[in-house]
Amino acid sequence: MAERYSSFEVGGRRWLWQRITAAFLVVVLAFHFFLLHFVNHADEVTFAMSQARMETLTYFSLMILFLLTATFHGVNGVYNALINQGLTGTRKTAVKLVLVVASAVVIVQGVRTALAWAGGVPL
Amino acid sequence: MSQSYNRGLIEDFGRWREFSAGMWAWVFHKFTGWVLVGYLFTHIAVLSTALQSPDAYTTTIQSLESLLVVRILEVGLLSVAVFHILNGLRLLFVDLGIGLEAQDKSFYASLLLTGAIAVASVPTFLAGVFG
Repeated sequence: MAERYSSFEVGGRRWLWQRITAAFLVVVLAFHFFLLHFVNHADEVTFAMSQARMETLTYFSLMILFLLTATFHGVNGVYNALINQGLTGTRKTAVKLVLVVASAVVIVQGVRTALAWAGGVPL
Repeated sequence: MSQSYNRGLIEDFGRWREFSAGMWAWVFHKFTGWVLVGYLFTHIAVLSTALQSPDAYTTTIQSLESLLVVRILEVGLLSVAVFHILNGLRLLFVDLGIGLEAQDKSFYASLLLTGAIAVASVPTFLAGVFG
């Protein structure tokens, strides 16, 4: 039988979530770049402009979802790349822990920043 | 009948002269992925200046944007993001069983389109930095 080469566990769902977040990010990353570099220009950014966008619930929710999916997709991608390179055992567990903590930090910091712009959840 | 074979360590970058289009696509996807995840953490750190004060945020962004090197890095970031998006679409289609027989052509197309978009974006990214 051919050997199985994969960073993902048999029966795991991380493979599927990596693809689902990819499909979402393809659209949202392109939108984000287009809006903030081609419609609005980065050198014209002010707190008030960011605040005006974030005060809309649709935009605020999209950016929170963007943060969550990008963090999962990126950190899961890094984890898989390291497993590809032969990471196993205790080092694999330690790396997983570091990546989970780093993800939590970036998500908490991102949400705090979004809330600072919006002045709370814009309901 | 399937058979087992020793293909060597696929992640052995020392074999780069033997790499085909698909392997280069894999290497570029990995490289652009590392850049993008690194940028995500940097981006959130820079945006977090909004937690200090509205002025701190505006000043930080506008100071960074006044630097030519930042504008050039932004063109690089766009190139990296566009390639990762286009090659990611290629991978999603291949996962769905579409286009596997043309996977080398779609990789070259991703590269060409990335190059074209990067060149076309230069005037936008450099606007105002010299004046």
